[in-house]
Amino acid sequence: MVVEQPRLPLAHSWSPRGVLANTRRLFRTHAFRLAALYLVVFAASVLGVLLFVYWTSANFVERQTEATLDAEIAGLAEQYAQRGLSGLIQIVAARSAGDRGDSMIYLVTDPDGRPLAGNIAAWPTGLATGSAWLSFALEKTVNGQVVIHPARGRLFTIPGGYRLLVGRDISDAAAFRGQVRSTLLWAGLIALGIGLIGGTVMSRNLLRRVEQVNRTSERVMAGNLADRIPLHGTSDEFDQLAANLNRMLDQIERLMTAMREVTDDVAHDLKTPLSRLRTRLERALAEPSSGRARNDAIRGAIEEADRLLATFNALLSIAELESGARRDQSEPVDLSEVARSAAELYEPVVEEKGFVLAIGAEADLRICGDRHLLSQALANLLDNALKYAGGGKIEIRTFGNNGRAVLEVADRGPGIPEGDRETVLNRFVRLEASRTTAGNGLGLSLVRAIARRHDGSLVLEDNNPGLRVRLEFARLYASAPTI
Amino acid sequence: MKILVVEDDRETATYLTKGLGESGYTVDCASDGREGLFLATSGDYSAMVLDRMLPSMDGLSILGALRAAEIRTPALILSALGSVDDRVKGLRAGGDDYLVKPFAFSELLARLEALRRRGAGTTTTTKLRVADLELDLLTRSVKRAGKAIEVLPREFRLLEYLMRNTGHVVTRTMLLEHVWDYHFDPQTNVIDVHISRLRQKIDKSFDQRLLHTVRGAGYTLRAPE
Repeated sequence: MVVEQPRLPLAHSWSPRGVLANTRRLFRTHAFRLAALYLVVFAASVLGVLLFVYWTSANFVERQTEATLDAEIAGLAEQYAQRGLSGLIQIVAARSAGDRGDSMIYLVTDPDGRPLAGNIAAWPTGLATGSAWLSFALEKTVNGQVVIHPARGRLFTIPGGYRLLVGRDISDAAAFRGQVRSTLLWAGLIALGIGLIGGTVMSRNLLRRVEQVNRTSERVMAGNLADRIPLHGTSDEFDQLAANLNRMLDQIERLMTAMREVTDDVAHDLKTPLSRLRTRLERALAEPSSGRARNDAIRGAIEEADRLLATFNALLSIAELESGARRDQSEPVDLSEVARSAAELYEPVVEEKGFVLAIGAEADLRICGDRHLLSQALANLLDNALKYAGGGKIEIRTFGNNGRAVLEVADRGPGIPEGDRETVLNRFVRLEASRTTAGNGLGLSLVRAIARRHDGSLVLEDNNPGLRVRLEFARLYASAPTI
Repeated sequence: MKILVVEDDRETATYLTKGLGESGYTVDCASDGREGLFLATSGDYSAMVLDRMLPSMDGLSILGALRAAEIRTPALILSALGSVDDRVKGLRAGGDDYLVKPFAFSELLARLEALRRRGAGTTTTTKLRVADLELDLLTRSVKRAGKAIEVLPREFRLLEYLMRNTGHVVTRTMLLEHVWDYHFDPQTNVIDVHISRLRQKIDKSFDQRLLHTVRGAGYTLRAPE
């Protein structure tokens, strides 16, 4: 089943419509929203930093002006204290003479406001007396033009109605402040621009990788199970995500393949007995009722149905074991005890069929597992030996080997050619082409599933002559941990 | 003798009712869990057959409720769930035996009769006797017509199980479960050879045969009529 979903245009179409659609899509993405949020936070912090820089540098200039003025005022106050008003006027006149290049402003006036000394002609307008620091505008004539300069200073009233103004032209500082302001404004704009571009690029980048994941999953859903998400080799989170998803897809593919195999097997191997069953029943119907032939046919049909059920049960057991269920049933099991019990059950039938059963079981060989399953595996192996070996010795051995517990069943039959030893473990595989011996070809598959359920291994070996099946598990020791 | 069948599948229920009726039982049938529980608590049944998956209340819950109410009617659980842990769960919930669907009627009947006998009261006997065959549980010895017969430990348990079910059919699966604790059927007919060896020992040199094969079902040990 293919679910058609409205597909968005590809990210790399550069037609105007494509770009528009891309942009629209960009706004909707989580990545874009993340980038926008990032940008807002980024802008706010840049703004904060710039304001701080502006404020400190402007303040610094102002402090410097005030420090200079304070030093000047201290000097003048000293003169006044030593030499009185005339001394003050004298020194002000001296300092005002000529351009000293330090932009200082002096003015001393008499009680009527007439200037006595200083470098400005008139009292600046709009001045209140007595306050600490004053800001005022100073009209200056430069090259015939009147220019208004900002200034800052202090006003003192000297006993007798005289007044002293000490100030400084701060147009340079103002210009510096303006310069700082515009510099910071540009810096802010550039930072925001970079942030915007960076955010967009980042979001697009993120979007592209998410898009890859999306597109791959769409293709997988559409039935292309072999598709995988491309890795960038950067081992970042996205690569890890892609690798994990790929592993998940591997697992799904494996399970799907296994399921398909089972379905094929079922279709192939169960159809034959089912149609045989149908034929038998049809024949029974054709026989005269209550005749012996009819009863025989029905009995045959029941036997056929029983065989089918046994096959189904075996298939279900294998599927259940392979799905990893029933893991919690584990408990310490003595493998030798399992072997002895099976040998005890099989010994009469083995002898009856003309075989010899030998058992060599090492004492206290424990593993962690399910006794019923292990017994079933061993029973399957013994069934196989009885079915295919034809005669001779059947040997069950259990022994410890390097921290492993080994269970072996060996016979003296024809064995299995080396090339077939892997195949024969698969479901429904029977080496006899004619399939004359009864059996469903699931015995060894079940043994393998049981071995896997116990994290053990199943190996088929040559017994020269004959077959030796070897099951190996991690051995469990009474107190010491396993090696 | 009344048997309660709680089974929601109509066909299986009819099959059971008919079969059990023919075997001489009176059968009450409930098609859902609640009705089953109601009948089980009110009626006096010698055994019951309980499906696991039922509408309105599942079989294990019914069992739990019955056992909590001290009603000890032997119960045979019938289920399509056949793995060992399903079985264990069923028996832990208070079931006395467990049979996996699909089943042969003879198997069900044999098990049900074994259950019924067990429910009828197991007095602690130390000697089992069928005709002139005698089994002493304390000395673990077997005698027939006063003559001692040597048996292996497993043969002793096999014979004990057969003698405890005298006159009734026991199936191969029942023997595998109760004597060997094997919950699967091996492909080879291992039980048959054990039985024939046992038969050699207890029947061969005597005129009357006690151990019989029931075709298509299993074995039975019974006194000659």
